[in-house]
Amino acid sequence: MLNPQVMVVGAGPAGMSAALAAAEWGARVLLVDLFSEPGGQLVKQTHKFFGSRGQYAGTRGIEIARLLGEKVRSHPGIDLLLDTQVLGYYPDGVLTMERSFNGESEYLKARPRRLVVCTGAQERPLAFPGNDLPGVYGAGAVQTLMNVHGVKPGRRAVMVGAGNIGLIISYQLRQAGVEVAAVVEAAPTIGGYAVHASKIRRLGIPILTSHSVKEARGERELEGVTVWRLDERWQGIPGTECDFEADVLCLAVGLSPLTELLWQAGCRMVYVPELGGHVPWRDEHQQTSVPGIFVAGDASGVEEASSAMVSGRIAGLAAAASLGLCPCYRELAREAHAQLEVLRAGPPGEKIRRGLARLGEVARAC
Amino acid sequence: MRIREHPILTFPARRKVTFFFEGRPLEGYEGEPIAAALHAAGIRVLRESPVLGRPRGFFCAVGNCSSCLMVVDGVPNVRVCVEKLREGMRVERQAGKGNLLAAVGGGRASGLDSGAALHGCGGEEGA
Ligand SMILES: Cc1cc2nc3c(=O)[nH]c(=O)nc-3n(C[C@H](O)[C@H](O)[C@H](O)COP(=O)(O)OP(=O)(O)OC[C@H]3O[C@@H](n4cnc5c(N)ncnc54)[C@H](O)[C@@H]3O)c2cc1C
Ligand code: FES
Repeated sequence: MLNPQVMVVGAGPAGMSAALAAAEWGARVLLVDLFSEPGGQLVKQTHKFFGSRGQYAGTRGIEIARLLGEKVRSHPGIDLLLDTQVLGYYPDGVLTMERSFNGESEYLKARPRRLVVCTGAQERPLAFPGNDLPGVYGAGAVQTLMNVHGVKPGRRAVMVGAGNIGLIISYQLRQAGVEVAAVVEAAPTIGGYAVHASKIRRLGIPILTSHSVKEARGERELEGVTVWRLDERWQGIPGTECDFEADVLCLAVGLSPLTELLWQAGCRMVYVPELGGHVPWRDEHQQTSVPGIFVAGDASGVEEASSAMVSGRIAGLAAAASLGLCPCYRELAREAHAQLEVLRAGPPGEKIRRGLARLGEVARAC
Repeated sequence: MRIREHPILTFPARRKVTFFFEGRPLEGYEGEPIAAALHAAGIRVLRESPVLGRPRGFFCAVGNCSSCLMVVDGVPNVRVCVEKLREGMRVERQAGKGNLLAAVGGGRASGLDSGAALHGCGGEEGA
């Protein structure tokens, strides 16, 4: 049984920031991730990060992962446990884990005094005939295959979703030498930033708004994709079909927070579409309805990496403070909250602000 | 389908290993996910779905969705998008749910406390 003072699940930007913040104040921290490298989503982000006022803006995601990873590895107060998946949370506060090495694996348990859940988010599927064919992938899976493992998913791709993720990965498909036939977007307008959209257009890739997938075709693997135009009620219009030959279909249609551990722990969950679905209720210290369990980053609501780092820092500081370790907590938390406010300002943060307001209202109503 | 040239990334040199897909020898890099090595060799159909027998590939690449379960060294329900490739591995397409007891009884010397057996348990429960 491992007995850390603070256990952080997930070593993405949120989890690494939480671990560093708690360790800064002398907490013994166990940081666990199922992947072989710390970094979370960042390990596959080859583009320079947006979030103009946030930390590390203009730096490539892979570089941010390396910088934070070095800090975490060199901190004497942090034990980093990689290749380890946290499997479950039990009522006595014990977490179970499976650690893999050299093809074998071992089963571990931990009973931390404080828990910070930073498990990130997972990609949503989309319903259409043939969506289970090999060759239909989450866009992030394709990004992992290309940018982490150096393997192409296929020869010619159709991308579904013209948000930032869809646009960025379309560009990265081209960088890897994969043709992109089209980007298809159900909404009447492009959701991602104009800089990313114009990069795609400059490559001659059409972005079809008010369109979606009618069907994915193929015998044993994907061979082609039929798309069609949508009416104002987002229903397909017969007669507007258009066929693309493609062996790759990437879905970039949104993320849902990964919250299984929080459900298991009995944290109060609230449905807030603006934040990606069911998210844990939490207070201004990032503490959930279960005392001693904190949450940060995409697991608490899908946002972006700079705010994940700041919410992670708040959670880490608060966990340390609740153990009596961080005497300056109030002041430090106030600074971090001010940073979050800046990151969530302006039109791009509108949806997040609406979601957080809704989370607050629901909390008050009960 | 390896990426040979990339404007931003360089991929470090890794050790080549031989493994077997349905008995056929293939090459991959040690430590990469089995699914990456199969993709590089153009193999994208990883298993058949339990009820309708439809072909399945991988979907999430990060061990979350169970789309990529294969039989590895006789053990079913291994998520090949996260399981690392080693020299001499025997990888087979999985049809149906996979029989864990047969796999354990079928002579994996390390028995139930081995990591591979744990993978199997995870898969059975989830099925
Ligand atoms: C294509 C793309 C482009 C993006 N571009 C930008 C950008 O330009 N600027 C920006 O600010 N943001 C960007 N983002 C968003 C940003 O990457 C995420 O918001 C951020 O990574 C969230 O951080 P996180 O730490 O909450 O989660 P993640 O980075 O997702 O990390 C979660 C970690 O938890 C681990 N984990 C999950 N479950 C378990 C478990 N049970 N046991 C052990 N470990 C577990 C995972 O392995 C992972 O390492 C982009 C995202 C994508 C997909
Ligand atoms: S592809 Fe999702 S678990 Fe392997």
